[in-house]
Parts: sequence; C-alpha cells; structure tokens
Amino acid sequence: MKNLDLNNVSLRELNQELQNAQNGAQYVVENSNGKHNIAVGLNKEQSVTINGHVGYYCAGMNQKADITVEGNAGSGLAENMMSGKVHVKGGVSQYCGATAHGGTIIIDGDASARCGISMKGVDIVVRGSVGHMSAFMAQKGRFVICGDAGNALGDSIYEARIYLRGKAQSLGADCIEKEMQDEHRKELAELLKKADITDISVDEFKRYGSARKLYNFSVDNAY
Amino acid sequence: MCGIVGLFLKEKKLEGHLGSYLSDMLIEMTERGPDSVGFAIYDQPTIGKQIKCTLLNTLVDSGEELNWDEVRQALKKQFGNDTKFEEKGSHALISVETDTNTLNEWLNENFPHINVNGSGRVIEIYKEKGLPKDVIASFNLQSFTGSHALGHTRMATESAVTTGHSHPFSTGDDICLVHNGSLSNHNRWREKLRKEGIVISTDNDSEVAAAYFNWRLKQGDDLNTALTKALDDLDGFYTFAIGTKDGFAVMRDNIGCKPAVIAETDQWVAMASEFRAIAMLPGVENASIWEPEPGKIYSWHKAA
Amino acid sequence: MSVNESWLLESKTFSKDAIREIQRAAKEGIYSIRGGGAKRFVPSFDDLVFLGASMSRYPLEGYREACNTAVTLGTRFAKKPIELKIPITVAGMSFGSLSAQAKESLGRGASEVGTSTTTGDGGMTQEERGHSNLLVYQYLPSRYGMNPDDLRKADAIEVVVGQGAKPGGGGMLLGQKINERVARMRDLPQNIDQRSACRHPDWTGPDDLEIKITELREITNWEKPIYIKVGAARTYFDTSLAVKAGADVVVVDGMQGGTAATQDVFIEHVGIPTLPAVRQAVQALKDMDMHRKVQLIVSGGIRNGADVAKALAMGADAVSVGTAALIALGDNSPELDSEYEKIGSKSGYYFEYQAGNCPAGISTQNPDLAKRLDPVLGGRRVANYLRCLTLEVQTLARACGKSDVHNLEPEDMAALTVEAAAMAQIPLAGTTWIPGKTT
Repeated sequence: MKNLDLNNVSLRELNQELQNAQNGAQYVVENSNGKHNIAVGLNKEQSVTINGHVGYYCAGMNQKADITVEGNAGSGLAENMMSGKVHVKGGVSQYCGATAHGGTIIIDGDASARCGISMKGVDIVVRGSVGHMSAFMAQKGRFVICGDAGNALGDSIYEARIYLRGKAQSLGADCIEKEMQDEHRKELAELLKKADITDISVDEFKRYGSARKLYNFSVDNAY
Repeated sequence: MCGIVGLFLKEKKLEGHLGSYLSDMLIEMTERGPDSVGFAIYDQPTIGKQIKCTLLNTLVDSGEELNWDEVRQALKKQFGNDTKFEEKGSHALISVETDTNTLNEWLNENFPHINVNGSGRVIEIYKEKGLPKDVIASFNLQSFTGSHALGHTRMATESAVTTGHSHPFSTGDDICLVHNGSLSNHNRWREKLRKEGIVISTDNDSEVAAAYFNWRLKQGDDLNTALTKALDDLDGFYTFAIGTKDGFAVMRDNIGCKPAVIAETDQWVAMASEFRAIAMLPGVENASIWEPEPGKIYSWHKAA
Repeated sequence: MSVNESWLLESKTFSKDAIREIQRAAKEGIYSIRGGGAKRFVPSFDDLVFLGASMSRYPLEGYREACNTAVTLGTRFAKKPIELKIPITVAGMSFGSLSAQAKESLGRGASEVGTSTTTGDGGMTQEERGHSNLLVYQYLPSRYGMNPDDLRKADAIEVVVGQGAKPGGGGMLLGQKINERVARMRDLPQNIDQRSACRHPDWTGPDDLEIKITELREITNWEKPIYIKVGAARTYFDTSLAVKAGADVVVVDGMQGGTAATQDVFIEHVGIPTLPAVRQAVQALKDMDMHRKVQLIVSGGIRNGADVAKALAMGADAVSVGTAALIALGDNSPELDSEYEKIGSKSGYYFEYQAGNCPAGISTQNPDLAKRLDPVLGGRRVANYLRCLTLEVQTLARACGKSDVHNLEPEDMAALTVEAAAMAQIPLAGTTWIPGKTT
C-alpha cells in the first residue's frame, strides 16, 4: 500500500506513478480536493483508493484498474473506460461513464445529467437517481438505476439495456418499456450483486430499451 | 466561458473571512478564466440616505492614470461634504447622498471615463483584466469582509478582453450577475432592451443577461419570476448566479451542460463551476453537495 | 408545335436546380443527404495571384537552389512534435465512410512522401496504422472505436470540434455502409442509419475543453501534439479559444471541405469559405502572439500547389487534402464511366459518397467494390499527387525569391476580385486598395 499525497506530488507525478505501476499494486491518494484528471489512463490490475472528492475525468479511459473514490466525483467520471471497476461512494456529476466500452461503474449516491451517454458496453449501477438525458444514444451495455431518472431517459438509445426501479420523469425519443424476461432478471441480479446491493429485489425494476424506430431515416423521424 | 463562484455566509462570525474565502475560490478557477476576474461583495449597508457606489476607471486597460483626487473633490462639491471616498486599486468606493441615476448622469457629464460598476446600499463590485491572483492581490481581496459574495473568472468567447467586459455585471441597485456559458440570442435582446431604455455598454452576451434582469425587475417582477421568464427568453447555454442585497440565486438553462455545484453546511452555502473551488472551505467535509438541476431556481436569503 | 424561345428563359430564382429540389422535397419529405463539399461558387484562392520576382526581387533557380518544405507541428507543449517533410497532410476521413483499402492507400501515399494521415469517426484500423508512418488520431463526439491503446499508438491527437462541411453538425453514416466490421468497430447494430452527436459527450465549451486536453496529455505522457479542428465560421474567436484551451495545433476547415454524408442544406449554407477563414485564424494567432508557435493547418477545397502556396502565404503552416486525395486515388475516374452510369452518375460529378456503391472501391464497404482498389497502386497515386503539389509550391515560392515555402507572405500576392481582396485583406491587383482597410 503506497500513499500519494496531492499536496506533495503533482498531478503529473501521481499519474506517472500510477500508470507505471505493476499488477497488484495498491495506492491511496490523499488531498484530491476536487482536482481533475486523477488516475487517468491506468492499465494494470491495481487498486487505487482516493480519499476525497475528485474533479473532471477521474479514472478516465481506465483499463483493468480498480478505483474507489471516497467522496463525490466531477464531470466525466470513468469516461471511455475499457475494463476494470470504478466505485464512487458519494455522488457524481454529469457525463458519468460517457462512451465507456467496458468494465463496471458503481455509484452509491446520485448521478446527475447524461449518465451513461453514448455508453458502448460498460455496466453502470447507480444506487440513487440519475439526471436528465441519461443513457442518451446509449449503444451497448447495461445501466441499472435504483432510484428515479430525470427527463428524456434513453433518448435515441441503441442496444443498451436500462433497468429502472423508480420513475422516469419522461422517456426520450425511441425509448420504450420492454418485458422483463428470465434472461433480464438474471443479468440484473448479477449486476446488483456486483454492486453489493442486497436490499433491493429484481422484481422492483422495469426494463427499457430501444423501439428501434429511429434506426433508419424516414420522414417520420427526421429532425 | 468562465469560472463562477458564490458564497453566502449564514454565520455572522465568519464574515471577517469572506474576502479570504472568496480569493481562494477564485484562484482555483484560473484555468476556466485566465483573461479577467471580478467580484461583488455585500458588506455593511450605508447609513442614512447615502448610496454606495464602486467606480471604475475605464482607462485602466490603456494604462492611463486618473486623478482620483480631482474626482473626490468634485464629488464633495456636488453631493456634499459627507461624501465618503476610498481608492481601491483601479477603483474607488464612494458613499454619497444621491441616487444611482443622478450620479450616473453627473459622471457622464464630468468624468466620462468613469463607470459605475455597481451601486446600492450594500454592494461593491470590483473587476479588472489579468490573471486572478494578480487582480486579487491588487484589490487586496483577502481583507474584505461581508455576508455574501459572487466572483467570476473570464475566458472571453466572442467579445473583447477588457475590464469593461468583465463580470460581475450590475443589474440594478444591489443586484449583480455572473454567467458561465454562451447565449445565442443576445443581439436581439440587446436591441429590445436598449429600446426599453436599459443602458448596455458592451457587446458582451452576459451584460445582456444582466440588462434583461434589470429590465424585468424594473417592470415589477420579483427575482424568481424574472428567472423563470429568462428560461423562455434567453437561448443558449448558461449557469447564472445572481447576487441580491440579502442573498443569492443560482439557475442553469434547460439543457444544463455548463457545470455548477452547490455545497451547503450550517455555516455557509457555496456555489461554483467546479467542486475544487469549494474544496478548501472550512467544514466542507460535512457539507451536503449537489448539482443544481436544469431550469430550476435555487436561492438563499438572510433571515429577516 | 414549335417551341417559343422567349418562354424558355430560365428563372434565376426558380432555376432548374431549385425546381428540382422542391419537387424532390415534395416527394420524399426529408432533407437530401449527400457527400462532398459545397458545390456552389465561393470566393477562393483562385482569386489570388502571386507577384513573381523580377527587378525589385530576385527568384531562385529550380534545382540547385534549395527551397525547404519541411514543417514541425506541435512545438508548443508536446514532447514529441511531428516533423513533416512537406506542408501537406491527408485530412481525417473515417474507416466506414472509406474502405479499408482506401485508408491503407492514403497511409502508404502519405508515408512515402514523409507526411501524416488522419483517422476519422470510425476508429483506427490496422491497415491504416500499419501503413502510416505518421498517424493523427481523431477524437470525435461519437468516440466510435475510441480506446486508449490506439490513442497511445497515435503520433498526434486531433480533437474534432467541427468540420467545414457542417460546423455545428455531427457526422452521418447511412445503413448501406454499416457492414459487420464497421458495426463492430462502432458498437452499433448493422445497417442502421447512424447519426453522430454534434457536441462531445463529456465537455461543453473551451473552459471544459482545457481540462479535457489535460486528460489526453496525462494519458499520453505529454508526448503527442494536440490539434483542435474547427469548421470555419466564427474563425477568429474559435482560433483564439482553441489556443486558450491549450492546443498545440489549430486546424481550420473551410466550407468547401468534404464530408461522407451530410444534409445538402448544411453543406451549402453553413460556414465560411477557406479564404477568409485562413486570414481570420492567422489574425487571431498574431493577436495572441502565437503565430508559428501554435501551428495552423488549413483545409477545405485545396486542389493544387497554387492553393497550398496561397494558404501558406496567408500564414498557414500546413494544409490538408481530403477530397483531392480521394480523386488522386481514383475517385471520379473517367475509366469508370460505364460503372458510374449504372448508378446514375458520371465521372466528374460523383459525390454520392453516402450511397456506399463507389465503383472505384473508395467510399464503400462492399467487399467486391473495395477490392477493386489496389492499396499499393493507390498509395503510389497519392504519393505522386502530393509530390506534384510540393513541386508546384516550391516553383511558386522560388519565383517569389523564397528558400523556404513558409517565407511566402500575403504581400507576395494580389487579388483579382474585390470580394477576394476584402476577404483575404490583400490589395486588389494593380492597386494598394484593401477593402475596409485602405481608401
């Protein structure tokens, strides 16, 4: 376990150390104080715990690393993540998991607007609620929301699967409720388990996905 | 495009630290706005019939000196010997027994290079071109006291980098606005508001927003109504923070892309474009922290 | 019955083209989507001429007296700037809009003459990386196929904010071009009509972009030059903001710049031509004291060495070619006229890149068509074309007495039209008059 204090090391030094770490390395980062671009571009099976709040793009483009934020995260958490796991104990700002291709993102608090925007294969589990335009143009992956969703959930969604426990203020264009089948209950149970959520049953969720009516340009969906 | 911050102190004993908190917050927003910086401070109200005005020497960008002493003497001669006058960097803070319009007219005639940054009973507005840390030092912001404040660091988009284009913009007595974003219909609003008699002196989109609120409030709307109407009237991307004599309000546009975060404790409420501008405030570890929802008004007032 | 000639006077307002478009709209009920750039006439580099040396200046000899063409891009912050042997690069075009063979050909051609090529909306292919010595990786709103491994493999990163054919709009790729491989690379279902986002998914505005650029630098060890590409519109402001946000290189793409598929109304009516855009960009850099410190790449309708020389003379550090490179590859070749006829077109007119049935095997994902393009031969053609452009620029530069093509100046040119004089702020030929500046 190695301690890195952002009061003593620069962001460049911090990221260099983390990026050059070996598999199995363990780090704790102190005094993050909302700074941007912490632990970006990691690609080893390592663990990083950040004791505080982080700014933009924390864990950006993560590969393999297991990153925990013991606070809130700013915009673009784990954007374009490829693999690994990112766990935020507080809430996250907008664009969480934007365009992420793989791995798992777990948010204990709420996520604000555009959570899972253009997601391309990542799994996102939010214990709380998500803001407007979440899962906008979501292409692939699974998105579990234990609370409510803001306006226009899943607007222009492709093949991503949304599991929502609460209510959506509104569904976006081409996003519809779909039947929960055994296959879906099974994958949802696995996702909840991954996020250590044991007090919520899969039966409380509804599934949403694409009506696939915007897939080809026609007079009716020109905008 | 900019960084904005706001701080509202609930506990009176913190008021001596307002300037030092605000300067830390503004310095954190340097990357978002390296061109200029400005702040509005709400401190002790004036006594009697006097109003408080912050005067800006608009020649400051061209490096021309202004003989403030001459201004001081002329003010006293015109508005009486009770006039208080204090030079602060490139600005002067005065207390004078008149109203804002009269003072503006008199200044236009006698000292056309002086602008009134802000006026009212409690507000003081300071702004200047330059890096936040330099401007803050030149005004000695750390020494300011008060109950609440707004600040702004500017990255100019389409209008010039000058002190005159800097925020906060006054929107009437004791009211000011800071803005992060970019309005897309400000030219038509500038024309309309000018026809309504509102003075707009720059091509800056944020000044139009300030003028818009000025106009709405003059029409008799309260701040919440004016903000609600702004959601329909002002197109584009924005996070606004508006200071009033007893508090402040925050609102984002309906698309809600420009960032904003609010933190609240029993001692204070803070807002900023990014959390890092709040991270150093005392007791932040116990604050409740959230992002303002798009199209929703958040406001705080001093208990009456 | 004989035709009454006076009835056949074509209306300038309701021209044949305008009538045909109304009829099409009434029938189809949706905007028309096509490829290519603006087809209408716009003031261009054609309206400028060079003032060759004679008595007051002395020209250089063609072979013995060297005229340097090399340029280094990314000298502001990047640890590893890009060194190009010629000031002409190949613009970003996606795998998806182009076949893998076309991408490979462009890489081969560019590498042969010591310049760079650029990826596009569809991510990086092995064909392209493997055959490009210098590859610029585009970072776009859609982030299709975007991954950190490819980012680290790139020689430079181009953050695409906009494109000359459609400033303010996102990309499009119609279903006929989304085959299995394209769909897999983009994580999309096959055969759908795909519309890319117009804003980036995780930042809005230059204040956010500054943070995004730091992230890209942190992930790539501050090695790679970061370009910011904007479509020409409010070019003065956009250039200054790109510099403030931390760009090493600014790429300005004028309205003549091509696209694989965009609404025709967008291509023809949004953005300004390359000519005024270069001047505004250079002005912004000069006002910030950043000219030659942040490099400027100009694109949009560059066809020949004269265009390149004029862009450089106006202050650009390099240019990019897109459409012209495709034509060099074999696009619009008269040899294919019987094939073009089958799809209702003709060589010299073919910009239906969106349709995916390009007989030259370039703008297609149909394997039978794509294999018509031999990447080795294609690469040779592109290299020849770039070589020819370079020789032309050198010829013009030498004629103006320059031993480096970057020493060309606006003062080496005159304008042939009042419009060009006003837009480029170059005096009308035979006068000292610059509209709006001198009387």
